[in-house]
Parts: sequence; C-alpha cells; structure tokens
Amino acid sequence: MRTHSVSVLVTALVTGALARPAMVVPAAPAGAAGTISGKVTYTGTPPKMKPIDMAKEPNCVTQHAAAPVLTENVVTGPGNTLRWVVVYVSAGDQGSAPATETVRLDQKGCQYIPHVLVVQPNQPLDIYNNDPHSHNIHPLARVNPEWNRSQPAGAPPIHTKWELPEFIPVKCNVHPWMHGWHMVLTTSHYAVTGEDGAFTLSGLPPGKYTVTAWQEQFGTQSQDVTITGGETKTANFVFKATPY
Amino acid sequence: MGKLFAVVLTIITVVSTAIFVLRVWWLPADISAHGPQIDHQLMETMVSSGVLFVLSQLALALFVWKYADRRDGRKVREFPGGATPMVAAAVVLVGAEILALTLVGSKVWAGIYQTPPDPNSLQIDVQAEQFAFYFRYPGPDGRFGAIHPELMNEATENFFGLDPARDTTARDDIVVPTLAIPVGRPILLTLRAKDVNHAFYVPELRIQQDFVPGLVIPLHFTATQPGKYEIVCTQLCGLGHYNMRAYVEVMPQPQFDQWLKDKAAQQ
Amino acid sequence: MPDIAAPAAVHRHAPPQGLLRRHVFSLDHKVIGKQYLDLALVAVCTGMVLSWLMRLHLGFPTVPIPGLDKLSPNGAAGGVITPEYYLSLMTMHGTIMVFFVLTTAPFAGFGNYFLPIQVGAEDMAFPRINMTSFWVTLVAFLVLIASFFIHDGPALSGWTAYAPLSAVGKDAGPGQGLGQTLWAISIALFCVAQLLGSLNFITTTLDLRTRGMSLARMPFSTWAWFITAVIGLIAFAVLMPACILLLLDRVAGTSFFIPAGLVISDRLQPHSGGSPLLWQHLFWFFGHPEVYIAILPGFGIISHILPVFTRKPLLGPRVMIGCLIAIAFLSYTVWGHHMFLSGMNPFSATLFSVPTLIITIPATIVTLLWIGTIYGARLRFTTPALFCLGFVSVFVSGGISGFFLAQPSIDTYLHGTYFVVGHFHFVMGVAAMFGIFAGTYFWFPKMFGRMMNETLGKWHFWLTFIGVYCVFMPMHYLGLAGNVRRYSAFTDDYMKPLIPLHRFITIAALFTGAAQLIFLYNLIRSRLRGPKAPDNPWEATTLEWSTASPPPFDNFGGRPPTVSHGPNEYGVPGAAGDYVMQASR
Repeated sequence: MRTHSVSVLVTALVTGALARPAMVVPAAPAGAAGTISGKVTYTGTPPKMKPIDMAKEPNCVTQHAAAPVLTENVVTGPGNTLRWVVVYVSAGDQGSAPATETVRLDQKGCQYIPHVLVVQPNQPLDIYNNDPHSHNIHPLARVNPEWNRSQPAGAPPIHTKWELPEFIPVKCNVHPWMHGWHMVLTTSHYAVTGEDGAFTLSGLPPGKYTVTAWQEQFGTQSQDVTITGGETKTANFVFKATPY
Repeated sequence: MGKLFAVVLTIITVVSTAIFVLRVWWLPADISAHGPQIDHQLMETMVSSGVLFVLSQLALALFVWKYADRRDGRKVREFPGGATPMVAAAVVLVGAEILALTLVGSKVWAGIYQTPPDPNSLQIDVQAEQFAFYFRYPGPDGRFGAIHPELMNEATENFFGLDPARDTTARDDIVVPTLAIPVGRPILLTLRAKDVNHAFYVPELRIQQDFVPGLVIPLHFTATQPGKYEIVCTQLCGLGHYNMRAYVEVMPQPQFDQWLKDKAAQQ
Repeated sequence: MPDIAAPAAVHRHAPPQGLLRRHVFSLDHKVIGKQYLDLALVAVCTGMVLSWLMRLHLGFPTVPIPGLDKLSPNGAAGGVITPEYYLSLMTMHGTIMVFFVLTTAPFAGFGNYFLPIQVGAEDMAFPRINMTSFWVTLVAFLVLIASFFIHDGPALSGWTAYAPLSAVGKDAGPGQGLGQTLWAISIALFCVAQLLGSLNFITTTLDLRTRGMSLARMPFSTWAWFITAVIGLIAFAVLMPACILLLLDRVAGTSFFIPAGLVISDRLQPHSGGSPLLWQHLFWFFGHPEVYIAILPGFGIISHILPVFTRKPLLGPRVMIGCLIAIAFLSYTVWGHHMFLSGMNPFSATLFSVPTLIITIPATIVTLLWIGTIYGARLRFTTPALFCLGFVSVFVSGGISGFFLAQPSIDTYLHGTYFVVGHFHFVMGVAAMFGIFAGTYFWFPKMFGRMMNETLGKWHFWLTFIGVYCVFMPMHYLGLAGNVRRYSAFTDDYMKPLIPLHRFITIAALFTGAAQLIFLYNLIRSRLRGPKAPDNPWEATTLEWSTASPPPFDNFGGRPPTVSHGPNEYGVPGAAGDYVMQASR
C-alpha cells in the first residue's frame, strides 16, 4: 500500500509538473480510485421494435437483405436488459481531463453506427459516409448551433465537435428512419450499455457522486453513490416500460 | 447564307421530328384504366402539333432559301391575300384543333379528377414528408386512427402521429413505405403533406397530384397490370427532393391479402 | 389620322457635366438604358455560369469542379456539388435569368434607350424616376447576389419560391433562412423598380410623341414596350405584396401561406390559418404575364427588324398590333395552367386551359405574319437578320410544346418533367435571348457609333442556333420518358438510363456557352475598335435612324422631328433606295 501511495504521489507530482497552465489537472488525491457498476433493466412490456423498411433506398435494402434492421429506440437484451443507455456521473465529478481522441460516427446501410455516441465538449468527432449514396446529417441541436451537411457518396468525412453539454437527437434529412444521438457530457466517467445492460464507471476518487442513466424513450433516473476508497459500488437502474 | 440557313433548319426539323416519330425516348407502357384516353389525347396532340411544327419550319426554310436578295432588281411581293390568309389559317385550323382537343380532353380530365371514386375502392392514406412517402392501410377495423402532428416520431416509425395508447382505431393501422395494391381494384388514395408541398407521380399509371399542406386531397385510379413501379416526387420540396421515391407494387388480390397480413404482423 | 400637336414642354435638362453625372448618376434615358443593358450582361454571364455548374453536376455528378469549394465550402466540399447547393444554384439561375436578364435587357434596357427616340421625345417623361428605377434594380441585384456569400447559402425553393417551403424559415432546409429572406427582399425591390419604369414608359408613349407620331405610326417595338409596360404595371403590383406577405410570414410570425399542424425538422411549426395555394395564385397571376413581359419586347424587336432586312413592310401591321394587345389581355386569364395539379378545384383546370389554348391563335398569327413577311422578300443576311429568322424558328419550337402542356389531361403526365423545362427554355431562354441578340446587333451602331464585326456575329449565330437545338430539343424527349425536373441527381431505376442523354445536353450546353464568348469579345472589341457607324447603316425608317450615331444628349439636337409616315415603308416603289423614313417630307 505505501509503495502504491508513493508511486501515485510521484505520478501526481510529475503530472502536475508537466501539466500546461491551460489544462490544470487536479492531482489525484491520495487513495485508490473506486468503481460504480451495475445493470440497467426494465419492468413491464416494452414497445415492439419494428423492422425498418428502407424501400426508398434500394441499395440499403440490399445491404440488409440477410438481416433486417429494427428500430433502436428501445433495444432490449436477455434478462430484460436495456441497450444504448448512457450512464454517467452527473454530479460530484472531481475533474475530468478533456478527451482528445477522435470519436467516429459511420453512416452505413442507412444507419448511424453507433446509435448513441458520447463526446466531451470540443472532443473531435469525425462523421463518415460509407454508403454509395448521399446522406445529410442533421443534428437537431438547441443549445449548440444547429447545422446539417450533405455528404455525397465518396465525400470526405466531416470533422466537427460539440462545444456545449447537450443531449442532441440526430436525424438524416434524406432518410427519415435514420436516427441517433450525440450526448455531449462534461464528465469522462460514462458508459453506454450493451445488450447485457451492464455498465462500469471506474477511476472515481472518493467522494459523493450522482449517477444518472438516460434512455431515449424512458428518460433519466439518478442515484447517489458515495465512494470512500477503492471499492466497487453497485447501482442498478430499472425503467418502467410501456408498450406505447 | 440563306441556303445554309434553310439546309440547317431542315436538318434540325427532320432529325428532331424523326426522334419523336421513332419513339427513341417514349412513355413507358400504360398500366392504368384511364391511361389509354390520355395516351390517345397525347398522340392526337403529337400528330397535329407535329404537322404544324414541320410545316412552319419548312415554310420558313423554303422562304429563306427562295427570297434572298440576289441583287437582280426584283421587286418585293406581298403574300397573296395579305394578312387575311394568316388570320384565317390560325383561327380556322388552329381554332378547330383547339376546340376538338378541349372537348375531348376536358372529358378525359373530368374522368380522372372530377368523378367520385368507386364505392368499392380500397382506401389508402398517403403522407408525403421531407423526403419519403408513407402509406397507411386501415387494418381489420376498417378505420383510420386520428393523426396527431405533435406525436409524429420518425425514430419510432410513428410517421402518422398515431396515438395507439389512447386511440383504439389506431392500433391496427398498417404503416408501410411501399404502396401495395391489388390489380384491377379501384384505389382511393388520400393525400396529406406533413411539412411542405410534394407530389405523387407514377408515369406508368398516368397519374400525378400535388400534396398541399393543410389540404386533404383524394386521388383515385385502377391499375391494370401487375408489376413494381416507381412513385417519385415532382414538387420541389427541399434538398432530398431527388431521392424522394417509393414503389407501388401491383399484385393479384390473394397475394395482396397475404402481403397485408405480413405487414400487419410487423406493426 | 390627324397630326398630333407638339408635345407639352418636357423637363429640359441641360447637358450633364462631370463624370459622375454623365455616366453614373445620369438622368439621360440613353445612359440609363445602357446601364440596364450592362447589368443584364453581368446577370446573364452569372446565370449562364450557374447553368454550366448545374449541367456539369447532372451529367458528371462525381467529378469535382475546381475552385467551387472556395466559393462554398459547405455547398461544394471537395468541389462536388451537394444536393442542396444544386437547388440553390438552380434557384439563383432562374431568378437571375427571369428577372435580371429577360425583364431587364429587352424591356428596361432597349426600351429605355429607344422608346423616347422612336416617339421623337427628348427623354422619358420622368427622368429622375427613371434613374431611381435603375438604381433600385441594381440594389435588388446586389441583395440577391449577397445570398451566395452567407453561411447557409442562397435559397433553394426555385424561382417560384412555393410556400410553405419558402415561408417557414430555416427549418425547411439550408438556404431557407437568410438566403430566402434576401431573395424576397430582392424581388420586392425589383418590383418597385419595374413599377416606376412602367410609369415612365406609359406616360412617355401617351404624352410625349412628337408631331405627326400618331399611335398608329409608332414602330412595332414601341408598341411592344408600351404594352409590356401596361402588363408589368398590373403584374408587378401583385408580386410585390406577395413578397411582402412572404417576408411577414418569415420574420413577423404571420401565417398567410402556412397552415396549422406542419412538422418540419421534427418541430411543430407555430403557424396556422394560411394557404399554400394563395402563394401560388399570387405568384402565377404575376408569373404568367411575366413570361409575356419577357417575350413581347422580342416580338416587337423582331417585327421592327425583319422589315429592314427583308426590304418589305411587315405583313399585317395592324393585325400584329391587335395580336400583341390580345396576347397581353389573355395573359391575365391563364395563370392557373401552372396549377392544374396543384390541389385547386379540378374544374378550374378546364377553365384555365381554354384561354391558354386560345392564346395560341394570336401567337400563331404573329408567327405566320413573320413568315409571310419573308415571302417575296429581298433578304439581307446580316447578323441581326439571322437572329430574327432564328427567333421565328425557336419560337415555333417553344410554342408547339406549349400545346401539350395547355391541356390538363396531358399535363397529368408531363407536369414537373423536363418537357416543361424544354418548353420554357425555348420560348424564354432562347427566343427571348435571340430577340436580345437581334436588338444588340441591330442597335449597337446607333448606341455606340461603331459597327459590330459581321464575321464574328455570324459565327456567334450559327454556333448558338445549332447549339440551342442540341441543348433544349432533347429535353422534350426526356420529358416524354418521364424524367422529373429539379432533381439534383438521377438515382431512380427509370431515370438512370437517361443519363447519357443528359451528358449530351451538358456537352452541348458547354459548347453553346463557349460560343457566347464570341459575342462578348465582339461587344468589347467593337466598342473599342469597331469601324465608325453612319447614321443609318441598315437603311431603316424609324426615328432613331434620323439622328446621329450615337444620338446627342437630347436625342435630336434641339430639333424634334416631324413624322409624316408610318414605320413600315419598305419596298416602296419609286422611293430613293426603296424606303421612306418616318421623318421625311
């Protein structure tokens, strides 16, 4: 333990020494980082996910001939789990380093891949068109400036970023069924659930946190979790689902 | 120079007319009950205007060839009869053709757009939006659920803004992006626009109609041949106008019944 | 016809002094006319470049156009035109060509220059209003062009700007924010300028004719400008309030054209009670007379020039005038033929188709009068003459396709296809342009005191005449095959096989466009180095040829002419040189 603390201290001192004045990274307090993990599930009957008929774009019909695409507003998994839920620290975050690696959004087979993506403010976002026809991505932002841009087949990727925190629904102006979300979060402690509904938020220094789970149809739920040391705390979320 | 003009004009006239006559590019085969009348009207107009086109261009070419100034002191001559034959030709010949086309044409037009639909029609709702067509069949209850613009949600495929939670007539509505219809059955479409002007055009059906926001517009026809045909938007509606299409699939009645059952199961 | 007494005293303005007064802020109708022509020249070059960009994209959609991404990084990233930018280019092409070329050059340009001279006046009735109308037109043009340089680009709703696409604001798409607002402001300003211009034309024609110039002795071009001015007064008086209502819907929250319950860009629009069809009625009530505003001066110019180069009188001069008046009158009764399928009561379609078909009768008569004038003629094949002959041919071609579209039952198939595009380009883009070319080659010596080069002129004519047929005749074939218009790309199963024909049209359009460089070169070269022009190089009869080339500032050197003949005295037996000028004993 003591060696571990020393190395953490050294790391913190070195990091602090190397940090540029513009990017003040608070030194990690002495003590291990904790984890909050859990599962997101639902009760009740969720709406049926409907097959998307892309008839107006025959090329995309061909791309999905083997496995038709379903709507993605409520995607469930075995054990009543929910996919595409964004779980994140909404309060108590003691400082997140700005993320610099580029997040990638693909338009392929007339779908947004991934359906929900998370970026931090000013994190680079590249949007690719991998289909042999035009798309026109239209993020319906209300806080950030709203924009839309066409990408004909073979067009270069759009290099963009979001500056302000917001949950932004994204649609394609040309293909009405194409929908996705850009979640702009200030915290770097977030996760997007997979089919197993599971999430893990790690690297959390001791403190009081509010963890929020957001599902595009069911809204948000929050829980308070306190981390005292390097423990793992469990926080599960259960959404009430209705068929309509 | 005059001879050159006459020759060039003659070539242009002959070549362009030939391409029409030879039907190098032409209408697709008609599959509509009212189609033959439209095609007949079109042919009548094509022939009469073709004759007028060829005669006037060749007359122009001929006169330009003949009446160049050859510096021979020839006197100019007025057209025999002066302006009177021109007025007479226009009023009598063109006038007669116009009368004929109007009398026949107005009946053809009225037959499509001013007659009530067949009471046995299959009723289908059509919604045009930026940039797709969606079609709605009433389902087993035979009734369409109410449309709520504020509930319209493309991500959940609720294109018509139905409220199945509270509106039982909406629960069995079948919403699809393809217009499947039984062959030989009168069809009554009800056209609604969600956002801006659009139009419904199927060349093979010889039918076209604008969608107007705020208006509910009926359109009826009967398809006579099975097959898959394109519906395209012909009213400028925004950037995706060029890509706004759907397909109409004309099929025998039993096949249509099965199709409808399959689609109902997917709702 | 009794002699008309000398006109009441005009505002006699002294010759202007200084560069600004003589060439920029001039009250002289001749300078104003040239300013309008220069504006139209800039506009037509812009409009033509836009059409090249459109055609390049349609024929070769994936080929990047060098430099275009500098003009619009959003609209043409990597030089490839996006669907919305294509529609913006198309909107600006149509708007610039219809308003700033076809209404400006033949009417405001040549009309301003020559109407006062042809009636024997010193200037227009209201020189200050005349100057104002030019500057307002210029401001309107600049406002429109400004929309190229804003972030979201120009409007994309077409020159027809149908509501609600044009009325709801930026939710409806790129360019529908500030771009559409600038469009509406520009057109409203243009209307104001045209109304002022019409006032001048009408008053000058009625009040300022010189002694002996009865209405019956007015040249055909004057008649055409006068009738066009009357049409314009009523037509632009409807478009201007329509644009204002559109602006109010866009910025003041009104709902003249927007009904309730519209969901655009996932937003329920906060409007209710309006009617999209109201915009269409207002627009086309202006829009149909507008196309006659575009062509009627051409009718006048051709009727004016053809006798000069056939050396015989125009056949049926009174019938010609009567037909111009009939066409003008009927032009107000046909607007609904643009709206057969619009959702208006279908019975109205039949009602509108009747006058639409009837209007073919005077149109046929005037065409037969021109052809009949060539019968028995002694044709002189100068460049203006060739453009007159070409005008007759292309007007026949364009008019014939109108026959189809005038019938609602056929329009059911052809509406919204390239058949319509071929039709209106032949009558407006070609015939009206040929009228402008004929007028330019004919009147250039009078306006600038120099002759244009005949060889270059003939090359220009031949390449253009053949070129326009290669560009616009195939569009009728595309239309018959069901090729939809205003599409930025052809991705449909049934339109893709037509792309080779589109490529042919594109190449023809680029060649024909290049041929216009001959005209531009000729204009500039002749202006600078053309041989000096005599007073009456063409041996014509009308009053502009009785004065110097170019005319003095007050047109007739302080001695207004007395008119003793009509304008049609060609092929007169016994006359010296086979013609008798209007102002002669």
